[in-house]
Amino acid sequence: MALLEIRNLHATVDDKPILKGIDLTINPGEVHAIMGPNGSGKSTLSYVLAGREGYEVTEGSVLFDGVDLLELEPEERAAAGLFLAFQYPVEIPGVTNATFLKEALNAIRKSKGEKELDAMQFLKLIRQKAAQLNMTDEMIKRAVNVGFSGGEKKRNEALQMAVLQPKLAILDETDSGLDIDALKIVAEGVNALRGPERSLLVITHYQRLLDYIVPDVVHVLAHGRIQRTGGKDLALELERNGYGEFGANEAA
Amino acid sequence: MSTIETYRDQFRTHAASLPGAGLPWMDELRAAGLDRFSKGGFPTQRNEAWKFTSLRPLEKVTFALAQDGAADSVPVDLIPSVMPVGEAAHRLVFVDGRFRRDLSNMAGLPEGVRLEPLADTLARDPEVVAEHLGRTATLDGHPLLALNLAFLTDGVLLRLAKGVTVETPIELVFIGTGAAVGPVSWHPRILILAEENSEATVVEHHVGLDGAVYFSNVASEVVVGRGARLHHYKMQREGTTAFHLATVTARLARDASYDTFVLNLGAALSRHEARSVLDGTGVECRISGAYAVRGQQHTDITTLIDHAKPRCTSREVVKGVIDDQARAVFQGKIIVRPDAQKTDGYQLNRALLLSDQAEIDSKPELEIYADDVKCSHGATAGELDDAQLFYLRARGIPLEAARGLLIAAYLDEAVDEIRHETVREHFRGRVHAWLEAR
Ligand SMILES: Nc1ncnc2c1ncn2[C@@H]1O[C@H](COP(=O)(O)OP(=O)(O)O)[C@@H](O)[C@H]1O
Ligand SMILES: [Mg+2]
Repeated sequence: MALLEIRNLHATVDDKPILKGIDLTINPGEVHAIMGPNGSGKSTLSYVLAGREGYEVTEGSVLFDGVDLLELEPEERAAAGLFLAFQYPVEIPGVTNATFLKEALNAIRKSKGEKELDAMQFLKLIRQKAAQLNMTDEMIKRAVNVGFSGGEKKRNEALQMAVLQPKLAILDETDSGLDIDALKIVAEGVNALRGPERSLLVITHYQRLLDYIVPDVVHVLAHGRIQRTGGKDLALELERNGYGEFGANEAA
Repeated sequence: MSTIETYRDQFRTHAASLPGAGLPWMDELRAAGLDRFSKGGFPTQRNEAWKFTSLRPLEKVTFALAQDGAADSVPVDLIPSVMPVGEAAHRLVFVDGRFRRDLSNMAGLPEGVRLEPLADTLARDPEVVAEHLGRTATLDGHPLLALNLAFLTDGVLLRLAKGVTVETPIELVFIGTGAAVGPVSWHPRILILAEENSEATVVEHHVGLDGAVYFSNVASEVVVGRGARLHHYKMQREGTTAFHLATVTARLARDASYDTFVLNLGAALSRHEARSVLDGTGVECRISGAYAVRGQQHTDITTLIDHAKPRCTSREVVKGVIDDQARAVFQGKIIVRPDAQKTDGYQLNRALLLSDQAEIDSKPELEIYADDVKCSHGATAGELDDAQLFYLRARGIPLEAARGLLIAAYLDEAVDEIRHETVREHFRGRVHAWLEAR
């Protein structure tokens, strides 16, 4: 059974049609990349899947692990195993990273009927995951994303993903704002999670990230639809030729 | 009978038995207080200072003066304290307005510290009271101070001699039990005199049982002498049907530091009015606070910071959370007198509205008569941030828990203004208890 099955998905923002018929199927263990010019609707797709308010589905369906994803609240989607690494991670003053992650992990465990972790168990887990991403204890104690550099925010997203162990992770331009060393660290973190049970949807504007997280399938999104689908070579081709052939609104 | 007549009538009945009765100057002060109150009764909303807070609900209730001995034997099993359980705090405890010696602890204070119920001072050493009563808290335009003066039942005298430091917080505890038959009122007067270079931390707790109808009209007069440092914190957790009106007036001498924080969680109707005169150079004054209200609660924080002399600093951060149909008021006035060059004033007021019917009235006012000053103020009111909520939920945290985290973070930030760690942790705990009761 496919893990994610998007059929003829249409969505509007402020009554403006943005997604105009997306079809996409991701099987367990697969890594898909979505590439496309700015403004083509990549983030919109990721928000629609995560359940953000204001992104209205007007047509189509999304099945996730056999259930109607669009019926679920955002927290239920997370509990079902969906994870969105935000293009622009949100700052939350006054809530520490540790509190945030503990609340999140325990909420998800609870909804699955698993035992919640106590403070000691949690600390051990988070230290180990943070170390893999070159994150210090100090970053764990700081307020969520407050005062983090662009790269630190992206690493923080990767940390959350490592702790929550989703079935499908959507990475929305996780490469933007990262220098090459940070990119490698994040990619390593992501690759460590790859496995037959876990799928990735990697959204990116540039091919660079795909050198490190090698996709099985590459899609090109433009004007709210998937215009082309191919193997990883498609990414290289786009790198050479740009999005011009899709009549892309590159400057938009 | 009109409200004024009711109070005049009570005065006739009780005047002879109130503390200090028979001392000519005290009798005169009380009479002046009653006269002043009789001129107009409780302030109405036509009075600019009371524009957003109506005392009509208070006027509708007839309160008996807390006088009989019922409160003297009410068992109290839990006295609020910032101290760890079992550790003795210096404290004075009042139950339904009556001093409870059996629950208080005045022992073990360093030499040079005088802490006692004001009725004791009036009985044994009235000159000290005569010297200070009504000096900082003048009656101009202040019906509540006038009423407090007329009916002054008891209160606190805290005097710190020159150079004395008290490490342990001094706690002033006011408990409303509703043990009396019918609504009662009390009018405590708190005199705090911190002489040159002394230092202490005072924590007031105002607590009460839900459902008890009482009116606590507290007047505090604070004098912080040259170079003295006073930390003055107040927790207001009155019962849900209580009225709490407090007026704190402070006079701060050269190089004094007056660091205050109020947390308003309780009462049906509460107002905390704080006026500080920065009356010497180099004064540092912090008037901050937070509130969290729900249901039909009304809470009001009104402040006046009067920069009278050069090179003083004031900081005021007031934040609150308003749920259901509750209402909050913030009025913050800063005056910078012509003399007060190099003033550094900062004021911030923020309100978080948790429901469509919640309401905040915010009125910052700057009156600046000097030219070389740095003064800033800001006021915002808003709802929880959608982007933050979504981010938390996208990580699996259910909506209500996500809201709780954000509200706690918001209030924690306000409570962080408290410099004293033990007090800060206690206040934080109270805020979180409020949230858990949501
Ligand atoms: N919150 C929003 N309000 C209004 N328009 C939006 C909003 N989010 C996205 N859009 C519009 O939707 C289109 C797609 O945006 P987006 O999904 O962010 O593209 P991408 O991620 O591919 O750059 C753009 O035209 C953008 O202006
Ligand atoms: Mg985008």
